[in-house]
Formats: sequence, structure tokens, C-alpha cells
Amino acid sequence: MAMAIAEKIGALYTRANKPLRLSRGTTTALIFILPALLLFTTLVILPMAEAASFSFYEWGGYGDVGQFVGLKNYQRMFSHPVFSRALFNNFLIIVVSILVALPLAFLLAVLVADKFKGVSFFRAIFFIPYILADVAAGLIWRFLYDGQYGVVQFVAGLFGFTAPYLLADRDLAMYAVLAVVVWKYFGLHMIIYIAGLQSIPREVLEAARIDGASWWDTLIRVIVPMMGPTIRLTVFFSIIGSLQFFDLIMPLTGGGPQNSTQTLVSYLYNFGIVRLNIGFGSAVGVFLFLVCVVFAFSYRRLLMAKD
Amino acid sequence: MRVNAFPVIRYAVLILAAVLVAIPFVTTLLGGFKSLGELRVNPLGLPQVWELKNYASILGGPRLWQYLINSLVIAGLTVALTLVVSSMAAFAFAQIKFFGSGWLLNYLLLGLLFPVATGILPLFIKLRDLGLLDTYWGVVLPQVAFGLGFAILLMRQAFLALPGELWESAQVDGCSYLRFFLQVTLPLSLPILSTVGVITLINSWNNYLLPLVVINSDANYPWPLGIMQYRGEYGTEWSLILAFVTLTIVPAVLLYVFAQKYIIAGLTGGAVKG
Repeated sequence: MAMAIAEKIGALYTRANKPLRLSRGTTTALIFILPALLLFTTLVILPMAEAASFSFYEWGGYGDVGQFVGLKNYQRMFSHPVFSRALFNNFLIIVVSILVALPLAFLLAVLVADKFKGVSFFRAIFFIPYILADVAAGLIWRFLYDGQYGVVQFVAGLFGFTAPYLLADRDLAMYAVLAVVVWKYFGLHMIIYIAGLQSIPREVLEAARIDGASWWDTLIRVIVPMMGPTIRLTVFFSIIGSLQFFDLIMPLTGGGPQNSTQTLVSYLYNFGIVRLNIGFGSAVGVFLFLVCVVFAFSYRRLLMAKD
Repeated sequence: MRVNAFPVIRYAVLILAAVLVAIPFVTTLLGGFKSLGELRVNPLGLPQVWELKNYASILGGPRLWQYLINSLVIAGLTVALTLVVSSMAAFAFAQIKFFGSGWLLNYLLLGLLFPVATGILPLFIKLRDLGLLDTYWGVVLPQVAFGLGFAILLMRQAFLALPGELWESAQVDGCSYLRFFLQVTLPLSLPILSTVGVITLINSWNNYLLPLVVINSDANYPWPLGIMQYRGEYGTEWSLILAFVTLTIVPAVLLYVFAQKYIIAGLTGGAVKG
């Protein structure tokens, strides 16, 4: 079948009567690409396109696609306070990633970028939270935060007061989640920064040293500017990662208490998938898709064009 | 004197940071060795009595092993299929000149722009219609499809770096594309194949959302679903849960120890060149 499709496409070009020389290469290339193309189209592109069309329907997932409701799903979504809360939480995750996780990762990367005794040990410790599954990390922190058994409670007890059960507190739970976000993801950025730092030519640092620049001056005036492209890239990863944040939420809070820790994807899960609300969930999916794509394109165009 | 003080300050900062980062792991590991009563009064320190029964009961029962085997099968199939499909495509994009090459490549890279979650409901319907719900393949195929963009991108970069004379001389000898791919490109590209393989393995091993939607019987759960189920059943028996968590972390740590080089290459590949 692969052959047949490839030949058909080939035939189209010959019929177009252009002086296009169809080398044996085109057929071969298409055969090589076909499996990827088929998988990608059926399981990534088609579902996305269907999400766009389902989002105009109200459908429980069984039988014929339900009733056409126009923009009603989108209206419901935008007027739902839990949705705004989820959106705000995603925003918080982005802010904390950029303002806390990235600087921390940068500082530690500067400290472990060159070789010294024990360096691989430190790198490993800092990096392991990242390769750990989010679900395992979430359960570990659920224990640390636990009101009865947790370490947070225990430490508070040493100082003579009782800590609130953070994850059960509507006003505090999201901050507890944010702390885990920093712990879990700074390692990824640190590794990227280390690679960037190692590609800075030694002569540059040498020159700064000879000019009598202090360690801090070298860092701020030489290293940070030279790391511009790498920093912009990690900001990009942080934002894309924050937008799809989900796996940590489930073991920590499941989105609660009272929906105070929902994110866009946990919102999609709890209000679309769990209730098999295909139309509504698809609308949330389409919104997420648009945010990701618009962000990715404009960020690349505006900030990474020169990198 | 700043220069001489630096190593000391550096060690001080690093040790402090390492302790803070490691506390959650250490308490989890040790927590599995404590009785529930001790855990409540002594969550941080060494166990007064080393309880082996938490670890023993999990290692002796079938559940952990079943979950790990499910994860291993899913990850194995995902890695194998990703490597085959994406190396073929990357080869065509890197080493064959053909009409529409740029367009097709950009099309396949679209998948890098948005997460699985966006189309997950229609994907669920599609997998149901294909009869793939609650099967390994229902998780494997979408994982491969979503991983293609990343895999093709990295592999194409590596294939492009192979010297062009290779193909020229192979052509003189009348070598076909397929033979060239199998006998020249792939053997010369083992580092990039390992890198893509290891990253795909980690992603599959840790994946939660997709199996959560696709798989619904306990016997087929990969370990992230299994561990959530376990936690649901054992509620606040934290010492048991912590032992279970510790045992599921072991494979990840081992993988880091043995495949560090490839993990780091995969995460920073292209990142630095920009």
C-alpha cells in the first residue's frame, strides 16, 4: 500500500506537466517517512482537529456525536470561576519557575560547571528530582506535608507551634504545590545551563580575571550576557512545561481543596475526561492548544529569532 | 583573598543545597523502615527499630512486580517502535533530496508545539473505536506518535553531520538507499540512537496522563497508576506507601547512574547550539 500511495503522488507530479525530475529518491523517501506520517496524522493531528469540531457539540461520548451547541462550551468555560482559578494557577507556576527555579538553577550550575572533587555527586543530587516520575515526587511531598505524619509538621513542632495541614488549606495549598515545582524542575534547567557554561571560551573568563573583575562582576557582566540564548531557551521550556502541568497535581491534591489547585490540564481532566464531557473537555483542549501554539510562535519570533 | 575563599563558600552552599534537595528522598527511604507509630513521632531521623516488613511484604507480593512488568513492556515497545519509525523518517529527511521535504518535516515537528492533553478526548474516542482501550498498544502508539517530533529532530541533526562522501562512494558502488541506511547510517549513529532511546524510555516510564485515560484494569496498570491505586487503598499507612515509592524510584536512579551521558545529551542536545 505504501508503494501505491507513493506512486500515486509521483503520478500527480508527472501529470502536472512540469519539468520536475522525479528521482528514485522521492519514492524511497516517502516510503521511509510513511510510518511516521501515518502514526502522527492519526494519533496527533486528527484528534486535535476533532477536538476543534467536538468543542461545538454537547456529547457524552457514546452513540452519534451529540447536539450542536455552537460556542456554548466556550462560554461555559470562560464564565466558570474554577477555569479562571486554573488559568491563574498556571500563571503562578510560570512566575515561580522563572523567578525562583531558573535563578536557583543558574547559581547552582555556575557552582558545579567546572571539575572539582565531588562535582558529579552534587550534580546527581540536584538532577535526580527531575528524572523522578512526577507521581512519585507528588506522593513523597504529600507525605512531607501530611498534617499528622509529615516532616513539615514535625519541624514546626520542634519550634513549638503547629503547622497547618498545607495541602488541605484552600489558601495555602497552591503555595505548597509551587515549592514542589521548584524542587522538581530546577535540575533540568541546571543541566542545560551547565552545558551552556561549558561552551563559554576559557579565554573570555581569563581576560575578565586579568582585568581584575571580581567573581560577581564576571558573573553578571560576562557570563549572564553570554548565556542569553540558553536562558531564553530555558524560559521557553519553563513556560511550555508549566502550561501542561498535571502529573504532580494529582498525587498532591487532585486539584483540591475546593478546586484551589486546579491547572488547565487538571481542569480538563476533572471536568472533561472524568465526566466524559467530550464537547466541554475538547473546548478546554482547544484553548490549551491555542495558548501553546500562539506562545511558541510569538516567543520564537520575538525573542529567539537571533539565537 | 576572594579567590581562596571561593572553594569554601562553594562547598558550603552546595552542601546546604544538597541536604535540602535530598531530605525528601532520605525521609522516604527511611520511612519505609519505620513502623507507623514511629513515623509519627520521628519522621526525619534514623529508625530506632529497623522494620523490614514493609519492604518485605511489597517485594514478596505480586503487585509491584506486575506494575513494573507492565511499565517495562510498554516502555520497551515504545522505545523500539520510536527508534524504527523515527530513524527511517530522519534518514529520508537528512540524506534524500526530494520534493516537499521541508514541508513534511515541519508538519511532523508540529507535535512539539502542543501537549498530549489538548486532543486527549478525541484520542480516547479513537482508541476506543480501534479497540485499543485497556491494552498496552493503546498507550504505546500515541506515545510513539507524540515522541516522533523530538526523535526525528535529534536524529536528523546527527545524520546530517555524517560526512557526505560516504553516500557518494556508496552510490558509485551501486548501493541502494535501504542498504545504505541499514549498513552505514545506523551503525554510525549508535550514540544518537541511544540518546533518543533513553529519553523515550524515561518519558514512557514516567508517563501518567495517557495510561490514566487509556488503561482501566489494575492488571494492566503501569507503575504510576499502580502506585496511585496503592495509595488509595492504604490511605494513611504511610510507612507502607513510602516503601512502595522507594522501590519504584530505584529503577530511575539506576538508569541515571548507567545512562547519565545519554540523558544529559538528550536534554541539552540542540539546546546549546540554539
